Amino acid sequence: MANKGMTPIVKVISDWVKSFIMLFGIYIVLFGHLTPGGGFAGGVIIAMVYVLITLAHGKEEALRRMRMGVAAELDSVGALMFLIIALLGVSAGFGGRFFANYIHRLNPGKEFSLFSAGTIPLYNIAIALKVATSLFLVFILLVLLKVIHGPEGEA
Amino acid sequence: MLEFIGLLLLFMIVASIVAIETRDLLAAVISLTAVGFGVIIAFFYMRAPDVAVVPIVVEVLVLVILIRSTLRVGLKTFIGNRDLFGMIVTVAMLAVVFLAGIRVFSFFPTFGEPVITRIPDAPSRIYLENGLKDTGAANIVTAVLLDYRGYDTLGEATVLFTAVMGAIAVIRKKARKKPSEPEVPEWGE
Repeated sequence: MANKGMTPIVKVISDWVKSFIMLFGIYIVLFGHLTPGGGFAGGVIIAMVYVLITLAHGKEEALRRMRMGVAAELDSVGALMFLIIALLGVSAGFGGRFFANYIHRLNPGKEFSLFSAGTIPLYNIAIALKVATSLFLVFILLVLLKVIHGPEGEA
Repeated sequence: MLEFIGLLLLFMIVASIVAIETRDLLAAVISLTAVGFGVIIAFFYMRAPDVAVVPIVVEVLVLVILIRSTLRVGLKTFIGNRDLFGMIVTVAMLAVVFLAGIRVFSFFPTFGEPVITRIPDAPSRIYLENGLKDTGAANIVTAVLLDYRGYDTLGEATVLFTAVMGAIAVIRKKARKKPSEPEVPEWGE
């Protein structure tokens, strides 16, 4: 375990930096309706935190912090959250349309403030959850991948 | 202004030719990322930070993925003779796309001039005029992505979900089938 990953310099620096990267990703997600960015960009930045941990400490440490089952569940939760928020708009009291922005219509917040734009920040959070866990899963799958030259395989 | 874009395009073309022609996989990956960052600089130059933010993070992630997880496996480069028929088809297709592109570009408005000056009732005018009132989002790009064009984002999320599902299904730890079993799949357990 001690020899996994990169040198101690990289480990210490990545330990310092990773919280700030996470914070920046969350900021990009939450302020996506006010400043450039949004769910996709913020989600990729959050996924990069785990990529950084994988690179610096090895895959065991990253999988200890975010197990693959948990990541897969969060992925599905993000997708379901996105769909449920969109489906709620179909009900008659909320606008009667798929993707209707019912929160903004019923309770418009102050413009240019964090709690404004109705459902858009919620969509951003759902997409960020989805993208972050999806990309982490893809990365960790490709890291775990080994090409085994067996007796029968031409792989 | 246009000279800078042209210079950037030249750089991107050279980098992509290097990415295709080099024998070294690492050099190819880095040239590919150089092309991506050329696109990003072009986006920033055209004052589209919202579009540029996503490629930056995706480029970096893809670079890391390609270097860390693909090159390590030790994939070999394939060197073979080029098929003459395939080459002719490729050149013909490229010529058609090039000529069609020239025709399309003659319809474009001049550089830096928005499309609503030419087409008065374009949807972008409605988005710009009513976006803040309709959605309450100060960032008009997010308003379009998640409110006016929500279906596009739903499709994008579906594509990502399906891709990850496929990756998990293909790259799994245990084989479903034992090596001794016959090749013919048996349906219905």
